Amino acid sequence: MEKMLLKRVDIPNSADIDVAMKNGAYSTLATAFGMRPVDVVNEVKRANLRGRGGAGFPTGLKWELCSRVPGSLKYLLCNADEGEPGTFKDRFILLQDPHLLIEGMIISGFAIGAERGYIYLRYEYPTALVVLEKAIEQAYAKGYLGKNILGKGVNFDLSVHRGAGAYICGEETALIESLEGKRGQPRIRPPFPASQGAWRKPTVINNVETLSNIPYLIAMGADAYAKIGAETAPGPKLYGVSGMVNKPGVYELPMGTTLRDIIYTHCGGVRGGKKLKAIIPGGASTPILTEQHLDVTMDFNSLVAAGSMLGSGAVMVMDETVNMVNVAYVLVRFFAHESCGKCTPCREGTSWLYQVYKRLMHGEGKLDDIDLLLYICDTVKGKCFCPLGEGAIQPVLSSIKHFRGDYEQWIKSGKSAHV
Amino acid sequence: MLTEEEIKEITTELVHAERKEAASIEALMVVQKRRGWVSDESIRDIASLLDVTPDELDGVATFFNHIYRKPVGRHVIALCDSMVCWSLGYDPLLDLLRKKLGVGFGETTQDNRFTLLPAACLGACDRAPAMLVDEELHGPVTPEMVDGILQKYK
Repeated sequence: MEKMLLKRVDIPNSADIDVAMKNGAYSTLATAFGMRPVDVVNEVKRANLRGRGGAGFPTGLKWELCSRVPGSLKYLLCNADEGEPGTFKDRFILLQDPHLLIEGMIISGFAIGAERGYIYLRYEYPTALVVLEKAIEQAYAKGYLGKNILGKGVNFDLSVHRGAGAYICGEETALIESLEGKRGQPRIRPPFPASQGAWRKPTVINNVETLSNIPYLIAMGADAYAKIGAETAPGPKLYGVSGMVNKPGVYELPMGTTLRDIIYTHCGGVRGGKKLKAIIPGGASTPILTEQHLDVTMDFNSLVAAGSMLGSGAVMVMDETVNMVNVAYVLVRFFAHESCGKCTPCREGTSWLYQVYKRLMHGEGKLDDIDLLLYICDTVKGKCFCPLGEGAIQPVLSSIKHFRGDYEQWIKSGKSAHV
Repeated sequence: MLTEEEIKEITTELVHAERKEAASIEALMVVQKRRGWVSDESIRDIASLLDVTPDELDGVATFFNHIYRKPVGRHVIALCDSMVCWSLGYDPLLDLLRKKLGVGFGETTQDNRFTLLPAACLGACDRAPAMLVDEELHGPVTPEMVDGILQKYK
């Protein structure tokens, strides 16, 4: 497949607007502004683009819901709070091709009727802050941002809003709270952001990769776009592969590439010729898979059928030397720390899971602790305010399901590990 | 008391803000950038500038991992403790940093040069194990590289 999303990232100085423009940046604006906003929305709907942040919600439908709400003040937010452990794909676009994202946001804002956009950027990407602010300044200077863009009467203002380190702010309503200057705790839904989002105005929140698909989708048209990759969720996909592989990195491949292809063809296989033990296919909150799942295609529906999720497409690879009890401990520690504390099942559940894992890691576990972990997961499952709690129990449930032997062996050995 | 320079920079941030309180993180960062951390007094001063109560602003400040409500050293080392970094060498790296600096997580060296903190995923899994020193990302960090990295920060 010819690269689209990563087409410009290897060109030297690609974050500079002149270099980006020489290589096609902002060339789709004229096409988009020649259409009616509703036609842009319909094109995205017809292409069946699904959100690349994790949930996979149909982008066109989200846009349609927002565009149908009456009122002239609407917001377009870009979720650049890429915090799911294992995920680093958006970093490539933010650092190397910010103009792709900006062009995507201008077109998206036009489609939904939003004249104000924000990029909510995580604290942990300080270099991206500098790159984005410069790119936005350059886009204003060229007249791609601001009033009357291309002389077509389209207005769009854009700025970056920095986070300060909180995983939960990647959840869309928590992101809105933080954008408004409050603690980043999720809101109850409904109302959904499409009708009442930032400052209670209709708001669309899309992931960096999702928005970066828009210029290409509009340029090639929905029919051609829908022919790329999986039929149920077409388009190119950025797979961020890390862990015990020879060539970690971000790979742009058709949606629906198999795990085997990704790990063995593109990433050069497992490091040191070791045996593959486990794969987390879509970031920390997606259930762990095993070697038996290598032929699963990496798209939303196939991964659900295999008992996991595509999430952010962040593939983490573990070899035979890894102790899965320790893996679950590290993941649970993250969720316990990042639980926002708003709802009891998540706050208490993640913290009790963490306590039990600490006991296991200190060599003080009992075999009954496996059932205790499952019991705690049951008190969290389906009872949380937002998806964080549900995500937090996935590493526990899936590691016990596939690697119960690791737990039993570890507990019986009485060994302790560095924690 | 906030300096004139701090007030000026916070006021500039308000231009982008839909409402004053929307600039809360930026305002806290303006002060933190200059003083290293945010004191109770600064919380009160910033709050009055943003028309929020000090408690509301403290709620925001304490919510986030990288707003420091206690003094830190001249440089902050944020060592990624998430999944991929852990699997590729976080433990030995932490041991080495503890030994070299003589401090653990949440502590500052006696010469006030470094504060060591754990960090949730830095989004640098392709460069694991990774750490952020102030605003600079390092990775993959091998034990042999640690001295050279630390030397860059005086």
